[in-house]
Amino acid sequence: MGIYLSKRAIWSGLSLFLLVVMVFFMARLTGSPADLYLPIDAPTSMREEFSRLHGFDQPVYVQFFDFLRGLVTLDFGQSLRQGRPALALVLEAMPTTLLLALWSITAALMIAIVTGALAAWRPNSVFDRIATLLSLIGASLPNFWIAIVGVLVFAVGLRLVPTSGTGSVSQWILPVAVLAIRPCGLLVQVARSSMISVLSSAYVKTARAKGARGRRIIFVHALRNAMLPVVTVAGDQAAGIINGAVIVETIFGFPGIGKLMIDSITYRDFAVIQAGVMVTAIAIFMLNVGIDIVYAVLDPRIRVN
Amino acid sequence: MSEHRIKTVFRLLWRDKFAFVAAIILTLTVFSALFGPWLLGRSATMMNLRARNAPPFDLSKGFEYILGADSLGRSILARVLFASQTTIMIAAAAVICSLVIGTLLGLIAGYRGGLVGEAIMRVTDIVMSFPSLLLALVVLYVFSPAITNVIIVLAITRVPIYLRTTRAEVMEIRSRMFVIAAEVTGASTFRLVFKHILPIVAPTLITIMTLDFAFVMLAEASLSFLGLGVQAPNVTWGVMVAEGRAYLSTAWWLSFWPGLAIALVTMSLNLVSNWLRIATDPVQRWRLEKPEDKNV
Repeated sequence: MGIYLSKRAIWSGLSLFLLVVMVFFMARLTGSPADLYLPIDAPTSMREEFSRLHGFDQPVYVQFFDFLRGLVTLDFGQSLRQGRPALALVLEAMPTTLLLALWSITAALMIAIVTGALAAWRPNSVFDRIATLLSLIGASLPNFWIAIVGVLVFAVGLRLVPTSGTGSVSQWILPVAVLAIRPCGLLVQVARSSMISVLSSAYVKTARAKGARGRRIIFVHALRNAMLPVVTVAGDQAAGIINGAVIVETIFGFPGIGKLMIDSITYRDFAVIQAGVMVTAIAIFMLNVGIDIVYAVLDPRIRVN
Repeated sequence: MSEHRIKTVFRLLWRDKFAFVAAIILTLTVFSALFGPWLLGRSATMMNLRARNAPPFDLSKGFEYILGADSLGRSILARVLFASQTTIMIAAAAVICSLVIGTLLGLIAGYRGGLVGEAIMRVTDIVMSFPSLLLALVVLYVFSPAITNVIIVLAITRVPIYLRTTRAEVMEIRSRMFVIAAEVTGASTFRLVFKHILPIVAPTLITIMTLDFAFVMLAEASLSFLGLGVQAPNVTWGVMVAEGRAYLSTAWWLSFWPGLAIALVTMSLNLVSNWLRIATDPVQRWRLEKPEDKNV
């Protein structure tokens, strides 16, 4: 386990480093932030002063080494827009996105496992056909369109929930639902097909021969084994959920990492972009390791290596 | 393809009613993508200030306003059909680019292996380890959001899918007897890879392609929706949804119809690829040939 983790950490560290180098140089290609932050008629002396203050007058490689030195001490520099440490801004936005992702994937998993298992119990039944069709629809709908239609119907039309903001619980319902629909559609299909194949295995037939009831067979005997592919796909969906979070946070005005990144890109806030990329990549790395561990817990036959 | 085979395909398609409808929708979309701008170019760009934000299902202004009109009084129906060309073109170009690049790199990584193969896989890991939308946003901000850049970015984020599939299949196929036999009889590497190995990987890649087409369409729409994808005066369905967002509470139809078009096409692609997977798999094909018999 220790060897596995350290090996994986080294590879991920290398990938992370390359990613950050890439983002650093690409962000510098967009042009000087002085043009964006200063008025268009600002005198040259003012521009030079601004560049000197933020270190943009240095050659790129000097900026890069300064950046690397900061990286070691977890100092990503100051946000140009807000004048605060970039890392602090990112870490403030992170919990909102994580919470959004966590609620969405939990909701998607719960709905998908129950629906998939019940649909698999009698393939081709009416319930199965409806579940399959709905899951297919759910997996194909564009996020932003669901969000817009959701706002129209539930916020503007029926006035059940607010249109945006993060203050109360009711403001979370719509974003979580929007974010959960796509993964849920995919997971229902995975849960269904994996359940069908597990239900035809010998040990389930034995349980059936012993006279175990239907519900008991599904939820006690078969579910644990059928969960494996579901967990894999749910893990793959994690990066997708972050993608969706960018859109959902923009539409619903959530102060999460997606909105922060979009704002930083618009305002050329280099430091925040770098810190955001770094933190997101680390979060996804930790999540992948977590999934591997869950995997080993679910199926003792799998050795983590 | 002989007439008999076309009939068989049609019969199998007819047996799965959802796939049949999906195929019709896709055919219509391709038709409108090919001929839409040519037929409707004028009414899609013609402004009519008296029909500004005209509501849908109101035939008093003429049939072309059946889906309503946008803030400049342009017919939404005409614009949706008009925009299908750019939408489909971008998705198709991105999918073909990522397919070609991914397959070639996958063949190298799978057949050659070694240091080059390892390097290819590591770079793939980086691309895959990061949310594609954020990556695309950063790239599109650096390079101006023109159509070609959108295509390149979308292609890059999808290359890993083809690459990993091809590599995994090649590694398995190259140890099969017929490949070794060909190698022993002196076939060149080029011949081995493209004549013997590639044709076996191809069907898997084509199935992935149909699914991926839907994914790329959604990704392009998301980018355009966030304002970093296709820019006006070019118009895709994603751009139309974004334009309509400002009028959401007063004129819902501006965003609704183009969004519905995206949803219908991606759904049809999913249905058809599902059908394709079953129809091309001899083990599962009976499902289509005997749908009435519930007990099998």
